[in-house]
Amino acid sequence: MSFFSFVARRLASTVVVLLGLSMVIFVIARIMPGDPARMAVGMMAPHWVVDRLRAQMHLDQSLPVQYAYWLRDAVHGDFGISLVTQRPVISDIIEFFPASLELVLCAGLLAALGGIGLGVLSARRKDTWVDGVVRVFSYTGVVTPSFVFAILFVLLFGWVLHLFPVIGRLSESMTPPPVVTGLMTVDSLLAGRLDAFVDALHHLVLPALALAMGSIAQESRITRASMADNLGKDYIISARALGVSERVVMGRLLLKPSLIPTVSILGLDIASLFSIAFLVELIFNWPGIARYGLSAMLHKDLNAISAVILVLGAVFALVNIVVDLVVAGLDPRIRLAASKGR
Amino acid sequence: MAESRAVPLLEVRDLHVHFAVYGGLLKVLDGVSLVVHRGEKVGLVGETGCGKTTMMKALLRVLPSSARIPAGEVLFDGRDVLAMSRRDLSGLRGRGISMIFQDPTAALNPVFTVGEQLETVITHSAAAAGRRVSRRAARRQAEASLEKVALADPERLLHSYPVQLSGGMRQRVCIGMALATGPGLLIADEPGTSLDVTIQDQILRLLQALVNERDASVILITHTLGVVREMTERVYVMYAGNIVEEAGTGRLFASPMHPYTKGLLQTVPRLTGGGIAAGIPGRIPDYLSPPTGCRFHPRCPFAMEVCRKNKPPLFHVDNGHDVACFLYEGSASKGAAS
Amino acid sequence: MSQGASAGREATISFDPGRMRELERASRRENLGRAWYKFSRNPLSVAGLAVVAAVILLAVFARYATPYPRDAGAFVDFAHAKLAPSVHHVFGTDQIGRDILTRVVFGLRSSLLMAVLVLVLVVPPGVFLGLLAGYFRGTWVDVVIMRVTDVFLAVPPLILALAVASVLQPSLWHGMMAVSLMWWPWYTRLVYGLTSQLRNESFVAAAEVNGASLWHILFREILPNTVSSVLTKMSLDVAWVIIIGSMLSFVGLGVQPPEPSLGSMVADGARYLPDQWWIAVFPALAIVVVVMGFNLLGDGIRDLFASEQG
Repeated sequence: MSFFSFVARRLASTVVVLLGLSMVIFVIARIMPGDPARMAVGMMAPHWVVDRLRAQMHLDQSLPVQYAYWLRDAVHGDFGISLVTQRPVISDIIEFFPASLELVLCAGLLAALGGIGLGVLSARRKDTWVDGVVRVFSYTGVVTPSFVFAILFVLLFGWVLHLFPVIGRLSESMTPPPVVTGLMTVDSLLAGRLDAFVDALHHLVLPALALAMGSIAQESRITRASMADNLGKDYIISARALGVSERVVMGRLLLKPSLIPTVSILGLDIASLFSIAFLVELIFNWPGIARYGLSAMLHKDLNAISAVILVLGAVFALVNIVVDLVVAGLDPRIRLAASKGR
Repeated sequence: MAESRAVPLLEVRDLHVHFAVYGGLLKVLDGVSLVVHRGEKVGLVGETGCGKTTMMKALLRVLPSSARIPAGEVLFDGRDVLAMSRRDLSGLRGRGISMIFQDPTAALNPVFTVGEQLETVITHSAAAAGRRVSRRAARRQAEASLEKVALADPERLLHSYPVQLSGGMRQRVCIGMALATGPGLLIADEPGTSLDVTIQDQILRLLQALVNERDASVILITHTLGVVREMTERVYVMYAGNIVEEAGTGRLFASPMHPYTKGLLQTVPRLTGGGIAAGIPGRIPDYLSPPTGCRFHPRCPFAMEVCRKNKPPLFHVDNGHDVACFLYEGSASKGAAS
Repeated sequence: MSQGASAGREATISFDPGRMRELERASRRENLGRAWYKFSRNPLSVAGLAVVAAVILLAVFARYATPYPRDAGAFVDFAHAKLAPSVHHVFGTDQIGRDILTRVVFGLRSSLLMAVLVLVLVVPPGVFLGLLAGYFRGTWVDVVIMRVTDVFLAVPPLILALAVASVLQPSLWHGMMAVSLMWWPWYTRLVYGLTSQLRNESFVAAAEVNGASLWHILFREILPNTVSSVLTKMSLDVAWVIIIGSMLSFVGLGVQPPEPSLGSMVADGARYLPDQWWIAVFPALAIVVVVMGFNLLGDGIRDLFASEQG
């Protein structure tokens, strides 16, 4: 009952927020100097073409009306034509989004497993050399921007050690599997192509790791801090005093409450991975939506920019909703407070 | 009245506990000794900050990592607790000695249901005794524990989270948890103080009934004198990390000896007799640099030269009545408590 | 710690204002001393402080501290291009012959400048909005402010910064504006949460009852209680802004050439890997070191404030 109302409420507020966002983007885009119609057809096109296009793009009408047209089209998935690729923006997005999705999902998995695992290890062996090593690693991970890691990995594992490939999603010699989901790994499995699957994974490792490093480091720090915090709480001391074994006290009893801040931050991190991805996509030549968006921004491709921002904004919001649900699942206090009605 | 039985259930000898902090060492416990016999109900009285909780945590070795025990012994049923192995300690906790913490809200894990927490304790307790308990059996025992503490609808409570319970209910759950393991000695740290007075009263009566039922020993820690009077046979009075007086309950109230105890008793407002209750001037000492000699001497109206220089040992004044005060040096033979 | 009604039995407290000031000063000194003691206990925090101090000094005295200050501008010297690190050029030279050590120091300077400016731009309005929204929680003021905040927070932060930076002409200023635009909501949220809790405290009610003005309540009563959280966040944010700034300049949206910026130096240098590794590695190292320094410092500050309340 309250689960559905919670989700419904959040979705509604997301829609409102996205609408507001679209308005902001729209205004910025239209305020920019330059004639969008002229830019669309180029300098060589004759006057009347530009005029015709201008009428078609409703540029002669007032701003709110323009926005209304744009919104109507957007809802139908029509974001216009991209200046750079000369294709409908929507097809560009459909092509490039899954690549980023695959990358981010993989990075997210690494961040969750690696981050929490390291954090727990560090907390269990608190103040020993293991703890020290993990903490140094985490510090480094948090302070190093992902592009530095990306370059480092390319250098080390790609060129020096020749362990992993550094370009694209699939080797040139490999034929890609038929596109079903757009996720190379999944599609390969679906088509029964084990060779493509392995190759795709091989290509995924370095960029996903580079992307995830910051998150792994961050999660491990938060997990460790949270566990250290809760270690001194009365309910832990009480459990110990009543004879519960150290293993269970430090394991289940300590872990569950400690994971709550970790999961919240993990969620935020994963949500923002989509945007940080552009650097990694650039360096590894990964054909994802972040790289596409970046190129759009550098070329002032307004249609593409608006679409990308909206799509990423929607994804961001959705991920946040999922994370909130997971956190509520972990912490009954939040669930109960929510059902008592806000 | 507690007779000396063969081996006291709990014996603490000259326990010192320090904490390493900013600026040096907090010398909280300064040589505390006490004894609890089987089936005895002992009170431990002292104002906030005198070290009562520290001592209790020391007994089960659940002190924070900044704690140090430079001297002293703790013997439970004749066994040396401070030197015990991990495994033996596990067995002691819960089954030998159980603790009820001061704040029931903080003492319950917020993300697990009451049932889950009870079952965990029950299962582990059994494991330490070498028995295995099935989940269903554990669940039944959990339910039984809740019934024992007079909680209605235990079935539903098992599935509830601590945040859904009232303060009084949480306190009962904590008591139930502590008793579920069948301890020989129960330590209750200020039970019910965070609650409404009427609820506290109920809790205390419940505690009394339960304890009498199983003939368990109890250390009741409190700063409320009325509670001590009703529920205990013998009382230790603690001040600033020292035991300053020990006596049978009735005797202590009838003829308190230590100036601190006298001061304490005078602070209890009386319904008859008029006049405002007097307080004890001053405050508890700074544990970083505690007063020399007797720790109470700066606040004592009878302080003598010797009090500043030497720490008074416990003088055996009368049968079962000991005082740590030089005022009584002459009236008794020196020596350990009876 | 008194027993029962001990009014009047305590040592009498004098209300001499001069003495009060003395006591205040003494207690402040003691608090500072204790804070320093606690802070210095952790060698990492002290290391962070040292790094930050060094970076700030370098940034301020960049012109005097570097061997070839002219290399920070438009300067070309192909004869000495791509030289490996040596005594003359401790970090080597880049593809146009400029000394990398000098450019790294100047790059640090722009990063620092950007971070400071962003925080100065962002913190006052962010905190103010948070105070307002939190104090008037439940009213339209709250709703409007927090919805606007939500809109800005709905966008993946970097995307917004990129979008704004790309729409405007790329430069340090525009990059800063872009980053500021995405940063202020976090402060508003933080202070909103704190204020919502604090406004229910009795000292606020007391002030209201005494007829204190809104400004007084917000700035003299509530704000001081939020300072520790805000300061902690600020010290950690400097590190973040530097990272984001370097990401922006990596893609060419920050400081424009020929002025040096650490991110763009790494981007340029990436082309010359692995042979002339120094062109990319030293600026990257500089980023890591300065961010780590601020992070350690920020952690130290946070530990300080946290344990005060513990």
